[in-house]
Amino acid sequence: MLTHLLPEFKIIRDDERCIRCEVCVRQCGFDVHSYDAEEDMLYADENKCVGCQRCAVMCPTNALTIKPHDYEYRPNANWSKEHIRDLNKQAETGGVILTGSGNDKPYRIYWDHLVLNASQVTNPSIDPLREPMELRTYLGRKPDKVEFDNNQVKVDMPAQVMIETPIIFSALSYGAISYQAWKALLEAADEGGTLCNTGEGGWPHELRPGKTRVIAQCASGRFGVDLDYLNSASIVEIKIGQGAKPGIGGHLPGEKVSADVSRTRMIPEGTDAISPAPQHDIYSIEDLSMLIYALKEATHYEKPISVKISAVHNAPAIASGMVRAGADIIALDGLRGGTGAAPKIIRDNVGIPIELALAAVDQRLRNEGIRNQASILVAGGFRNSGDITKAIALGADAVYVGTAALVAMGCTLCQKCYTGICNWGICTQDPYLSKRLNPEIAKRRLVNLIRGWSLEIKEMLGGMGINALESLRGNRLHLRAIGLDQWELDVLGVRGAGD
Amino acid sequence: MGRITLINTSRPENDMNRVKFENGRIRFDADRLFYKDLNFLLRDVLKEHKPEIISIHNVYGQRYIGTNLRQNVKIEIYGTPGNDLGAFMDGPTIEVFGNAQDGCGNTMNSGEIVVHGSAGDITGFAARGGEIFVKDDVGYRVGIHMKEYQGKKPTLVIGGTAQDFLGEYMAGGTLIVFGLYMSEEQRHRADFIGTGMHGGTIYIRGKVEEHQLGKELGKVEMKDDDWALMEEYAYKYAEHFGYNHKQILNRDFVKLVPLSLRPYGKLYAY
Repeated sequence: MLTHLLPEFKIIRDDERCIRCEVCVRQCGFDVHSYDAEEDMLYADENKCVGCQRCAVMCPTNALTIKPHDYEYRPNANWSKEHIRDLNKQAETGGVILTGSGNDKPYRIYWDHLVLNASQVTNPSIDPLREPMELRTYLGRKPDKVEFDNNQVKVDMPAQVMIETPIIFSALSYGAISYQAWKALLEAADEGGTLCNTGEGGWPHELRPGKTRVIAQCASGRFGVDLDYLNSASIVEIKIGQGAKPGIGGHLPGEKVSADVSRTRMIPEGTDAISPAPQHDIYSIEDLSMLIYALKEATHYEKPISVKISAVHNAPAIASGMVRAGADIIALDGLRGGTGAAPKIIRDNVGIPIELALAAVDQRLRNEGIRNQASILVAGGFRNSGDITKAIALGADAVYVGTAALVAMGCTLCQKCYTGICNWGICTQDPYLSKRLNPEIAKRRLVNLIRGWSLEIKEMLGGMGINALESLRGNRLHLRAIGLDQWELDVLGVRGAGD
Repeated sequence: MGRITLINTSRPENDMNRVKFENGRIRFDADRLFYKDLNFLLRDVLKEHKPEIISIHNVYGQRYIGTNLRQNVKIEIYGTPGNDLGAFMDGPTIEVFGNAQDGCGNTMNSGEIVVHGSAGDITGFAARGGEIFVKDDVGYRVGIHMKEYQGKKPTLVIGGTAQDFLGEYMAGGTLIVFGLYMSEEQRHRADFIGTGMHGGTIYIRGKVEEHQLGKELGKVEMKDDDWALMEEYAYKYAEHFGYNHKQILNRDFVKLVPLSLRPYGKLYAY
């Protein structure tokens, strides 16, 4: 069948600059570039180009420019190029359109409509270079009461996990991402004093000794979940949902289940790793409670249990149920959360922005007097330390970053994670591609990111006259909104700027 | 103001009066004991005395018995254990003289569970090793997502019959349904058997119609090694529950296997 699809990207090669080194040919896992020795010419098959910019970055003479193709159909406000392209793809295959990464549609990004406060005259701002500034955060259920006895304060303190900065690496499974990328995240979390989340693909045994700054995920596929796995981690997380694909499961295609992935997930090589949509032992809040306490029993009540859901319409009521079911941490993943593979129609149309979900959940738990019983982790498209600081002010205890961590390692958001080909060596199990990612360098980039963002958060805190992150948490008076409607201000619990 | 003392009351106090040593075995009275206390006490007793057999009496619905146990011990349970019996369990043998509730053997790693009665929903859910024998019937979604890796392979044997979604998303292991307490004309009740199955094998003795099966699996012929396997487990079943194993092998079996290791490979447009 003749394809009606036009190329998405245009490849412009400056022939005067090109030295025929063929780096582009070797670097492209999609086989876009080819060299004709007889003619001494390089050719490009633009239909295969995904716009990841690997060849452009690696070209020693900057001879390549890759940009969105400028073909145009008759202008039409209803039918965009993307609509026509997707429709044609389905007419040609009859399948569900897959995509990777997070929602790229222009839904309102509330972070860009919120501004932070700063001290002027009436209270002094604090210079973090001169005074101590505390970002340390404790995750876990906080006690309902303290008792005074014999000049001592007695507190029955449930399990807590300390992080030095409120930035945690989000769930990225080994299998979805390469061993090198997974290892880099693990080691960066360790060095950066934070946590990384295993995702649902297990935890390679050789990477366990000495590493505890890990959130071990227990998802519907239960891949690699055993007593050793659960007890090696600091926190265990039950994954109910993911922001990029609320309400549906995942299929790691058989070709990504290599020998190492199969050992870690404890499934045969080459079979699909299927995570059903629901956890089939959880059909209610009562069932959720059953698994939460099963995990507490399995870990001697020594580890906080987190429950992660996608941000959906009834998130506040669900979150309340989760806390009452025994969750020590609630993780919310918003509309713009990333994924290795999801049906595009789900990624682009299901769920709500994390800003609104966070504000609503925090408020609901406060109203019910149970906010102390669980920490709130939020995820879903955090781009910089400003977004994170605003999230803390809206009520988050800490923030999960997934896409940002991938970008730090080299990801350019080409959204082709689901193909198993990643020219940056991140989202692939092909050893030729994955060896491109040096775990040491990737770790350094991740640690740098955490350091840079943490310094910026301290600057913003100091500007507000606050010397501990704890004092900003849920302190919405430090936020003002610009360009939002009244209903949005009501949900966010934030006043308009100037008010 | 003095210093802050953190006290941990999540660990209950031991009540060793509940533990009696009788004829070289340990007898444990669980009457009106909260499950958390029961399980802490059980772990302590096992750690301290390392018995070969411990019997727990007056069990009325306490959950998670055997969860987080890794040692080789036989646990006899008299009464009705609650949900998630033997969840995540790694090694022990549990024998229940009564019925088991939901989640029996949930994500179990190794060991054995023998139930002299029926078991509830999601029995053997996501198990990756060990053996479970249920004398009578089981509930819905049993054996879902069982999996195997190399030498590790779970087996679930059901003497009676099962409800819908038996072996759904099964990725490995062996699921055997003997259907012993049904007449020859009667068919098994379960619908949607093995939906999404992509590994492992289901053997069902007795009548199963084509429309009861999920789309991802098919019937294949019983070979000699299948019959040998059935004989092995019929024998074990008969040993556990006092049955004549030859009566189990007197009727035809249906062998069900996945049609593809990649049931959903063609679902997507790349």
